[in-house]
Amino acid sequence: SKTRHSFVGAMNELIKDYRKVDEDFFEELEEILISADVGVHTVLTLIDELKDEVKRRNIKDAKDIQPVISEKLAELLQKSDDETELKLKEDGLTIILFVGVNGVGKTTTIGKLAHKFKQEGKKVILAAGDTFRAGAIEQLEVWGERAGVDVIKQQSGSDPAAVMYDAVHSAKSKGADILLCDTAGRLQNKVNLMNELEKVKRVLTKEVPDAPHEVLLVLDATTGQNAMSQAKTFGKATDVSGIVLTKLDGTAKGGIVLAIRHELDIPVKLVGLGEGIDDLQAFQADQYVHGLFADVLEQAEEVAKE
Amino acid sequence: MAFEGLAERLQSTLKKIRGKGKVSEQDVKEMMREVRLALLEADVNFKVVKKFVNDVKERAVGQEVLESLTPGQQVIKVVNEELTKLMGGEQSKIASASKPPTVIMMVGLQGAGKTTTTGKLANHLRKNHNRNPLMVAADIYRPAAIKQLETLGKQLDMPVFSLGDQVSPVEIAKQAIAKAKEEHHDYVLIDTAGRLHVDEKLMNELEDIKAVASPDEILLVVDAMTGQDAVNVAENFNERLDITGAILTKLDGDTRGGAAISVKAVTGTPVKFAGMGEKIDALEPFHPERMASRILGMGDVLTLIEKA
Ligand SMILES: Nc1nc2c(ncn2[C@@H]2O[C@H](COP(=O)(O)OP(=O)(O)OP(=O)(O)O)[C@@H](O)[C@H]2O)c(=O)[nH]1
Ligand SMILES: Nc1nc2c(ncn2[C@@H]2O[C@H](COP(=O)(O)OP(=O)(O)OP(=O)(O)O)[C@@H](O)[C@H]2O)c(=O)[nH]1
Ligand SMILES: [Mg+2]
Ligand SMILES: [Mg+2]
Repeated sequence: SKTRHSFVGAMNELIKDYRKVDEDFFEELEEILISADVGVHTVLTLIDELKDEVKRRNIKDAKDIQPVISEKLAELLQKSDDETELKLKEDGLTIILFVGVNGVGKTTTIGKLAHKFKQEGKKVILAAGDTFRAGAIEQLEVWGERAGVDVIKQQSGSDPAAVMYDAVHSAKSKGADILLCDTAGRLQNKVNLMNELEKVKRVLTKEVPDAPHEVLLVLDATTGQNAMSQAKTFGKATDVSGIVLTKLDGTAKGGIVLAIRHELDIPVKLVGLGEGIDDLQAFQADQYVHGLFADVLEQAEEVAKE
Repeated sequence: MAFEGLAERLQSTLKKIRGKGKVSEQDVKEMMREVRLALLEADVNFKVVKKFVNDVKERAVGQEVLESLTPGQQVIKVVNEELTKLMGGEQSKIASASKPPTVIMMVGLQGAGKTTTTGKLANHLRKNHNRNPLMVAADIYRPAAIKQLETLGKQLDMPVFSLGDQVSPVEIAKQAIAKAKEEHHDYVLIDTAGRLHVDEKLMNELEDIKAVASPDEILLVVDAMTGQDAVNVAENFNERLDITGAILTKLDGDTRGGAAISVKAVTGTPVKFAGMGEKIDALEPFHPERMASRILGMGDVLTLIEKA
C-alpha cells in the first residue's frame, strides 16, 4: 500500500537522510538516476548544473537543494498540462499511427486505447498494418473483439500501405471517429523498413491531408540507452508527436524519456501499466518522478523503521 | 548515432598519454573514467561497472602496463580482456540429455522474443544438429500466442503441440513431454508466456512447469536493448528457476548490448545464442569476445589505437 507522494514530497524524503550537500550526496543522486536509465550524459549535465546552483546560492543543507532538483526534473518532463493530451479532431476522423521497435507493446496499447475511446462513446476502427509478424493480425483481432471494435485487415504478407488505404476508406464510409493504425515492429537501423513506414504514413496523409493527427512512438520502459536512438530515427522518419511508455508495472523506470525530452522535446503522453485492457494511463510527471525515486524511498522508510 | 563522443574522448586521453614518457596512476584513472562512461552508455549495470572499473584499475596500475611503451593501448587491452572474461570466455553449447528428449524451457519478460526464438532454435537444431524437435505452445495468456507459434511451425513444417488456451501450462508441458516420447522427438522446446520477474503468481507457474518438465535447459530470453533493469530480471528469474543460460535477442539493432554483461555477471550462466533478426534462420552462436568489443565500441577504439 504505497501512498502517492507528490514530487516535492518525494524529493523531501529522498534527501532527508543527508545533512550536507557533499560529494556523497551527488554520487548517490547520480546512481539513482543512472540506475533508472536516465543516461549518463543527462545525469552528468544535470548534476553539474546542480553543483553550480549549489555554489551560486551557497547551499549547504540538502533541504535547500530540493526545490532546485524538482525544478530541473519537472521542467524537463512536462512543460504544460495539456501536452499529454492526444490531439483529437472535434469532428471528423482522427487517425493515430503507432510506431516502434519489436515487442514494445504497440498492438497491446492499441487494444487498450480502443477500449478507452469506445467507452467514451466513440466509433473506433483498427487497421492491421503488421502484415509481417506471425500471428500479428490475429492478435489485433482478439483485441478488436475485446474492445468491441472493427478491425480492417488483409492477408498476412500484403502491403501495409494498402491496408492503410483500405482502412482509411472504410473508416470514412463508416463514419468512424478514430482510426488506430498498427504497424510491424522494426529496428530503427533497418533502412528498408523505415522507408516502408514513411510510405505508410504518406498514404494516410494523402487520404486525409492533416493525418496522421498523432504519431505515437511506443517505448518499452525496460529499454536502456538505445531508446534515444529509437526516438531520433523514428522521429526523423515519421515526425513522432508523443511517446507511450509501456511496462512501467515492472521494476524498470524508463528514465531515458528524460533525456529524450531534453534532447528532442518529445513528450510522454501515455503509460502502460500491465497487460490488461484497462492498464493504460495518461502520463503524469510528478507521479513518474516519484517512481524514479521509489526504491530509495522504500529503503529510507525501512531504515527509518529499524 | 547514439554513442558518438566516446571515440573522441578516448582519443584525447590517449593523445595526452602518448606524449608522455611515463604514465601515472592519475592518467589511468582518467582513462578509466572514460571507460566507465562507455560502459554505462552501453547499458552495463552501474554496480557491475563499478566493480569492473576497480578490478581493471588494480591490474592497470601494475608495472607491466605503466612501464610499457604503449600504456594507453595496454589499458584498453586489459579492459577488453577483462570484459571478455566477465562475459564467459568461450562459446557454449546447448544441452543434450543422455536420455532423450532434451527438454528446454524458454522464459523471460514480455516481448523479449521467446516465441520467435523457439522457432529459430527448432530450426537450428534440425538444420545444424539433425534433430527432430517438438515445439510446445504453453503461453495461454497473450492474445494469439498459440497461433503465432503454430504459424512458425507451419513455416518450418515442424510440429507444434497445443491444447488450446483453456488448459493450464503445467498440464500442457506434461502432456507434451509424454507425446514427445511417444513420437520419438529428441528435443522439446517449451514456449512460455512473457511475465514480469516480480509477478508472484506467474513466477510460481514457471516453477510448477519446471517441476513437471524437469528441463535440461532453462533459457532466459533477453532483449539486447535492455537497460539497467537487466540485473533485476536476471537475478529474479535465476533465483526462482536456476536458469542454465541466456539468449540475447535483437542484436541486429544498433544497441551496444551491455545487458549481456549484466546477465552473465548476476547469474554466472553463459549467453548461448544471439538473435540477429526476425527471420527464422536469424540465430547465431554467441561470441563473448565480439560482444566485448561491441559493448566498448571497440571498433572505434581499435582504430584509435592504430592511429595513436
Ligand atoms: N507488463 C506489461 N506488459 C505489456 C505492456 N504492454 C504490452 N505488454 C506485453 O508485451 C508483449 C508485447 O506486446 P505487443 O503489443 O505484442 O508488442 P508490439 O510492439 O505490438 O510487438 P511487435 O508487433 O511484435 O513488434 C505482450 O506480451 C504484451 O502483453 C505493459 O504495459 N505491461
Ligand atoms: N529484429 C529482431 N526482432 C526480433 C528478434 N527476436 C524477436 N524479434 C521480434 O520481437 C518481437 C517479439 O517477439 P516474440 O517472439 O513475440 O516475443 P515473446 O517473448 O514471445 O513475447 P511475449 O510472448 O508477448 O512475451 C517480434 O516482433 C519478433 O519478430 C531478433 O533477434 N531481431
Ligand atoms: Mg504488434
Ligand atoms: Mg511469446
